[in-house]
Amino acid sequence: MHELTIASALVEQVCDHAAGAGGERVAEIRIRMGALSGIARALYFCFPAASRGTVCDGAILHIEEVPLTVMCTHCDAVKTPAALYNFRCPDCGRPTPKVLTGREMQLVSIELAGSKSAHVSPRRDTGAVQEHSDRISGSMT
Amino acid sequence: MCGVCGCSPEVERSHQHGDHKHATHAPHDLMRIEQDILAKNDRYAGENRDRLGGAGVFALNLVSSPGSGKTSLLVKTVEALKARLPLAVIEGDQETSIDAERIRATGVPSVQINTGRGCHLDAHMVGHALEDLPLEPHSLLFIENVGNLVCPAGFDLGEAEKVVILSVAEGDDKPLKYPDAFAAASTLVLSKIDLLPHVDFDVGHCIEHARAINPEIAVLELSAKSGEGMERWTDWLVASAGRAVHGPVEEGACMS
Repeated sequence: MHELTIASALVEQVCDHAAGAGGERVAEIRIRMGALSGIARALYFCFPAASRGTVCDGAILHIEEVPLTVMCTHCDAVKTPAALYNFRCPDCGRPTPKVLTGREMQLVSIELAGSKSAHVSPRRDTGAVQEHSDRISGSMT
Repeated sequence: MCGVCGCSPEVERSHQHGDHKHATHAPHDLMRIEQDILAKNDRYAGENRDRLGGAGVFALNLVSSPGSGKTSLLVKTVEALKARLPLAVIEGDQETSIDAERIRATGVPSVQINTGRGCHLDAHMVGHALEDLPLEPHSLLFIENVGNLVCPAGFDLGEAEKVVILSVAEGDDKPLKYPDAFAAASTLVLSKIDLLPHVDFDVGHCIEHARAINPEIAVLELSAKSGEGMERWTDWLVASAGRAVHGPVEEGACMS
């Protein structure tokens, strides 16, 4: 049920950024969720309820899911465990408690409609959305 | 990905589906933000941690499913420790102040937080509860979270240690079924061990499962009813309180 708390926190955060930029409506929201957060689908479900009556109402939510990777200090290499919550190296079997990726719950970007662009200009980026997604993917590797 | 049907951005720009459509729109103002969604909770948690560390309070966030015996364990614990060091308790429940009253009956200060429809405590609620409690040097603060083995795991309250409590009446596969709580905790307390002769609970399997999820988790076995294992638990708590930071917390310092 805490997905509603997460959705509400997200909406509040986006509303603050939109208000700061003079945005009247948020068209799209991009977030990054690690595999261990486990609530991506639940967020899609409760986001409309959490955003109702706010500038996020009707915004399209894009979720980039980040796979789980851990550091195996014995192999001195980044590994992908055989399963979520199986924090052992798939090759040497030793414990790998250090999680590198997979715990993320981050707001990546928002796309405003009807903003006063002069207020947005310091962080403005009018590139195509797909191009933006590519850059996000690139920054993860 | 489409928030309604899950289709990819490339696909969603070129089609409509029955009850909703994806409009191809002119470029909007794109703001790159890169911020944790729980940044606000984490900020409150940081403030709580500074405040507790500065006052020399060692805080434990106790997480378990309902019925694991958290409150009974707490009542026995505060009775055993109240003559040795200052104690305080924050009780989290959806409704009622029954638990806080049980603690107050022992003479230890306690504040009840009712979360209503909320399934977990958050750092903001705990910050307000701290305003109503004495924060004494080298004391212990127990924060009993809402009985729920899922949601509380994701919310930092500013505690020094997260302790997950699992009763042997619940099944030794619980760590595998509810891994988040076991991944987030530093200590696992196996409670109600007086019931072991009557239940199919393999302590070895349970610890093995917990350590598959969290290889570094410490394990304490006890029974608040029979008293078995309680001394080890209270000794660990007293030692923890002795380690509590006292005085202003320097930037970058961590609680130990």
